[in-house]
Amino acid sequence: MKFSTRRLSALAAVAVTATLSLTACGSSDNNSASGGGNSSGGSGGSASGTTVTFIPKNLGNPYFDASDKDGGQKAVNEFKGKYQEVGPDTATPDGQVSFINTAAQQGVKALVISADDPKAPCSAIKQAMSAGTKVVTFDSDTSADCRDLYISQASAEGIAKTQVDQIAQQIGDSGEIAILSAAANATNQNAWIDLMKKDLAADHPNIKLDGVVYGNDDDQTSFDKTAALLQDHPNLKGIISPTTVGIAAAARYLDTSSAKGKVALTGLGTPNQMRKYVKDGTVTSFALWNPSDLGYLAAYAAKALVDGTITGKQGDTFTAGTLGKYTVGADGTVLLGDPTVFDKSNIDKFNF
Amino acid sequence: MTSATVGDTAPTTRTYPAYSRPLWRRVLLTREFAIIALLVLVFAWAAGNVANFNSPLTIYFLGLDNAEIMLIALPMALVIITGEIDLSVASVVGLSSVMVGILHQDAGLSIPLAGLIAILVGVVAGALNGFLVAYVGLPSLAVTIGTQALFRGLAVGLLGTTAKTDFPTKWTNLAQQHIGNTRYPVIVIPILVLLVIFVWLLHFSSFGRGVFEIGLNDEAAHFSGVNVARTKFILFILTAAVSAAAGIYITLRTGNARGDNATGDELKVIAAVLLGGVSIFGGRGALHGVVAGVLLIGVIQSAMRLENQTVNVINIVIGALLVLSVMSTSVLAWLSKQSARRTGLGTLRRRQAVASSSSTTER
Repeated sequence: MKFSTRRLSALAAVAVTATLSLTACGSSDNNSASGGGNSSGGSGGSASGTTVTFIPKNLGNPYFDASDKDGGQKAVNEFKGKYQEVGPDTATPDGQVSFINTAAQQGVKALVISADDPKAPCSAIKQAMSAGTKVVTFDSDTSADCRDLYISQASAEGIAKTQVDQIAQQIGDSGEIAILSAAANATNQNAWIDLMKKDLAADHPNIKLDGVVYGNDDDQTSFDKTAALLQDHPNLKGIISPTTVGIAAAARYLDTSSAKGKVALTGLGTPNQMRKYVKDGTVTSFALWNPSDLGYLAAYAAKALVDGTITGKQGDTFTAGTLGKYTVGADGTVLLGDPTVFDKSNIDKFNF
Repeated sequence: MTSATVGDTAPTTRTYPAYSRPLWRRVLLTREFAIIALLVLVFAWAAGNVANFNSPLTIYFLGLDNAEIMLIALPMALVIITGEIDLSVASVVGLSSVMVGILHQDAGLSIPLAGLIAILVGVVAGALNGFLVAYVGLPSLAVTIGTQALFRGLAVGLLGTTAKTDFPTKWTNLAQQHIGNTRYPVIVIPILVLLVIFVWLLHFSSFGRGVFEIGLNDEAAHFSGVNVARTKFILFILTAAVSAAAGIYITLRTGNARGDNATGDELKVIAAVLLGGVSIFGGRGALHGVVAGVLLIGVIQSAMRLENQTVNVINIVIGALLVLSVMSTSVLAWLSKQSARRTGLGTLRRRQAVASSSSTTER
């Protein structure tokens, strides 16, 4: 029995060492950890070494890879700060809370968050703010009281007008069009559709809107609705789909149907899902805000807050590197600008 | 404990020198203790080496972030010791969260009343699980996979994609307050109360003996007078009720009631319970190990986040740790078998002698 005791304790020792060494492997290097804290003291006066921590909705999402790793990191490097990206692996309402807490403990100077939920991270954010951290939200806002600034991707008017202008250009400003939306009660979709209708009525009298169909942001449903649209409206000349799921499904249908090239399709989509259809001529152009510009702007906004050049009140102005000068609007909102239009000429520059 | 006193009349004083181990070994050479030791080691290492870990905030956030896991792990440990499993806990959390939101904001009930009704809804949900497992005799894995989807569907269906967010600050602040001037959040108090209750239930009551008995052999348990079905039924109800209570806490802490709250938490709970030395086959486990398991996962996550590790690396470490700890049981069992064989037939003979003599005295 004595013998086995020794065996057991040896085994336990091995297990403990293995675990500890695993944890040690996990830590990249201890210097960065102790330096990364940036000791929560110190005023935000000098921006060199400003730690900006990005917290996306979830890691491994191409959209946030573009906004954070591409745009955000570029900006942080330009002003010689320290860039970090942490976040949950799935987008759950309170998944970001523990990461915000950790950032508060580390005393990072600035947080750039795309909120999974407008309310859930609030108490954690407030705690970080009371410890002196500046908080910028982008893409998805939190309640206005728990952030300093919100970077909005594009105004609803801008999004609606861009799409109407594109379809008008592609069908020669006259003919029948239809809209393929997401869910019938989606707030942002309906706001955009109302604005499109107004814009069509005011500036494009020869374009007739046959109707709006709903694909519920489901690939197969959107595909079927596209087929039904083309059957019900033989004279249809164009489709607008202001949802990334819808536009991809509609493009896939058009690509294989006889309507390819005859019926124009535009809307909001991502370059990676639409690349094939733009190259083979199914789709001429579509739009979306540029996430990497969004992250870039958010990082500069965070820096301006840390430096104290702006406080987040309406009318403050700051310069965001190569993007130029921006002004803070109502409710601490900064507008990125009009959506980017993607076509054959520029689609290969984007990867998200 | 050196000489065998075979033939003692009182069975309580009878000893088995051939294969009972000294007290220190029975206490120290257990999986529970190994996890506690590991917890102390990791904590001490982190406090010394991880920047910002050694601050009062760490403990505070550890309490806040792991409270719901800790709460649900207590009854879950009992369920797993009986050899069953409950995968619907996180869905009950979501359902309870939605109930609190709707009852408070649409029906205008006060938070305590809304919370009470949410717990009752949890009890009903648990009764459904318990009835199907205990009285219909269906396998709990299949049943709770089904009810996991069912309760989650109900929760999301009741609110759709919206969220209820206007809770009185009095209550939302309470969920985050410190106890007086200490570093511990208020939620620690209900956790301790429940811990005392469950420790008594599992380790100091006849009900708890029955729980272990069922896990070891439910036939035998049945014939030795344990009401197997009722015990399982009660445990599923307890688990769902505690999950519902955790749902109220999450709702107040995050200030939002959403159908997808706590998605995926059932696996976090089960991982912590198994890490704490509870056997997935049932029949073995102790609550001090479970508490240490929850804390160990929490401390590792906290330390690694402060080291700026990505969530994937953290998951890899915790996953590896869990696999190692589950493996260690089988390795230990194999080793003790080997050593038993090596110590030879002498022990075996002695054991048989003791066994036969004790069986004669037992009449």
